[in-house]
Amino acid sequence: MLSKSQARAFFLGGTLVTFLAFIGLTVYSFMPSNDQSNHHLIDEQVIRGKHLWETNNCMGCHSLMGEGGYYAPELTKVVDRKGEPMIKAILQSPVTWAPNGRKMGPYEMSEEDAQAMVEFFKWIGQIDLNGFDRVVSPLAKDKANQ
Amino acid sequence: MKYKSQQVAYWFFALCMLLFALQVVYGFIMGFARIGMDGLHDFIPFHTARAVHTNLLVVWLLTGFMGAAYYIIPEEAQRELVSVKLAYVQLISLALVGVAAITGYHFNIWEGRKFLEIPRELDYLVVVNVLLFLGIILTTLFKGKRQTTTALVLCMGLLFAALLYLPGMIWFDSQVTDSFFRWWVVHLWVEGVWELIMGGILAFLLIKLTGVDREVIEKWLYVIVGLTFLSGILGTGHHYYYIGVNKIWLIVGGVFSALEPLAFLAMALFAVYMYRKGEKTHPNKIALFWTIGASIVSFIGAGLLGFAHTLPQTNIYTHGTLVTAMHGHYAFWGAYAMIVLAIISYAMPNITGRKKFDNFNGHLAFWLSNVGILGMVVALGVAGVVQVYLERRLGMEFMVAQEEVKIHFVVMLLCASLFATGVGLYIYEFFKFGKPTDEALKKHEEPELIAAS
Repeated sequence: MLSKSQARAFFLGGTLVTFLAFIGLTVYSFMPSNDQSNHHLIDEQVIRGKHLWETNNCMGCHSLMGEGGYYAPELTKVVDRKGEPMIKAILQSPVTWAPNGRKMGPYEMSEEDAQAMVEFFKWIGQIDLNGFDRVVSPLAKDKANQ
Repeated sequence: MKYKSQQVAYWFFALCMLLFALQVVYGFIMGFARIGMDGLHDFIPFHTARAVHTNLLVVWLLTGFMGAAYYIIPEEAQRELVSVKLAYVQLISLALVGVAAITGYHFNIWEGRKFLEIPRELDYLVVVNVLLFLGIILTTLFKGKRQTTTALVLCMGLLFAALLYLPGMIWFDSQVTDSFFRWWVVHLWVEGVWELIMGGILAFLLIKLTGVDREVIEKWLYVIVGLTFLSGILGTGHHYYYIGVNKIWLIVGGVFSALEPLAFLAMALFAVYMYRKGEKTHPNKIALFWTIGASIVSFIGAGLLGFAHTLPQTNIYTHGTLVTAMHGHYAFWGAYAMIVLAIISYAMPNITGRKKFDNFNGHLAFWLSNVGILGMVVALGVAGVVQVYLERRLGMEFMVAQEEVKIHFVVMLLCASLFATGVGLYIYEFFKFGKPTDEALKKHEEPELIAAS
């Protein structure tokens, strides 16, 4: 029968081994040769877009790469789906945007900020998501095939 | 209650109750918004309600864990807390940081990172607060007469939870890297170190409520937390399938997250077995219900419902849908909310000296809240499956699919009303206990109580 010290050894040993494996896999994931995010394409505009994405808590309603609020559309391939002018028009709108009844407050972004958001979305749209983007954005896929 | 300083726990539990009530209110705001009734949009838009709802959850659970530690550690270490004054300072500062964060969310002051919306300036205050908490608890433990496994596991969980908060404070230019390390906090909290905290509280409650030998309970506690880390650490990979990192996580995350239910299954079997093994029962039936309930519901909510969509082949369809919300609600309720309510139910008669062990309202609160949340979870699950089918199989637009699932949110709101009634009753019963009193000191020793029952 298992003793208390054997149980403790199982806990400590198992934790140590899996933790080390986890660190190793993390390092492996972020090796430049394994990059799937086109990290080299991140420029000032993309960083500004990410900052705006966070400071306005866009993720509170929308989702990006499947992560977010599930209240408003997934935006992973939004530039392919909706086009740059429409995205900028929504972000710069001085009035509430309410398609299908769900409201998005007026953000009244400047031209520069709206452009930065578009650049951020473009960068996101090029990431290799291991096939998720083909499922979540069927319209974008159809568009690409036309 | 053996030590006067354990009374500090009462105030943490009271704050817990207030935050929990507020969390439920914001949940209703979100639910009504989903069925088109969003009259509060100009003041509390959906993303504000969501940030408040999820952050209050985290804060009230952490407050509950802290209250539990302030109650459990003196008893386990067999000495008073090293400083009661500092514990109150910690409580007040925690409440102030929480109020500042929640207020800020109503004025567009946040970071927009799911579950970690607190601005980084406030993050530093959180760190100071948690360091103070850990200082009090760990000093008490190591100055105490004994360091039990239960206390060590609980403290290890609290310490790791504090350490794991740090990766979430680092700024990354890449959304992918940001998301990757955000999960170090969120996943490794809820599917890792929080399970240590849960295990520690559960072990303490089982020792007290069943009278089973501590050595037996603590041996199995090691096995359970061992299984938790063995599966949970590499199980983080199930969040990495589709966020732009290497495909190796599809295999690693799939295999190890499929093992995650084992820890919860072990926890459920452990609790039920210890309850049956205990030859005599404690008179605090309400606490027993919440304790055994937590172990079973956490297995269903966190274990089974998590497993239902954790494999990459399934998750590619369910990732980012209401299926996740379904799992999240039942997992948090079973694993963490119920265990906090269990320790509160156990501690309150001992802190206040009022032997309200087994009363109608207490049982009603348990059943209403549990039936209510089960209904909510079923409604969310149906909405999630319909959403997956319409949106990801048939290629329907997001908003069109949302219109189709609206009816399920009506059902969810009805069930939420039942849930809220149960929670309201629990909170009412909590405050009916009254304040802590010195007269409760050294009364209600477990062996006497068990023998008397």
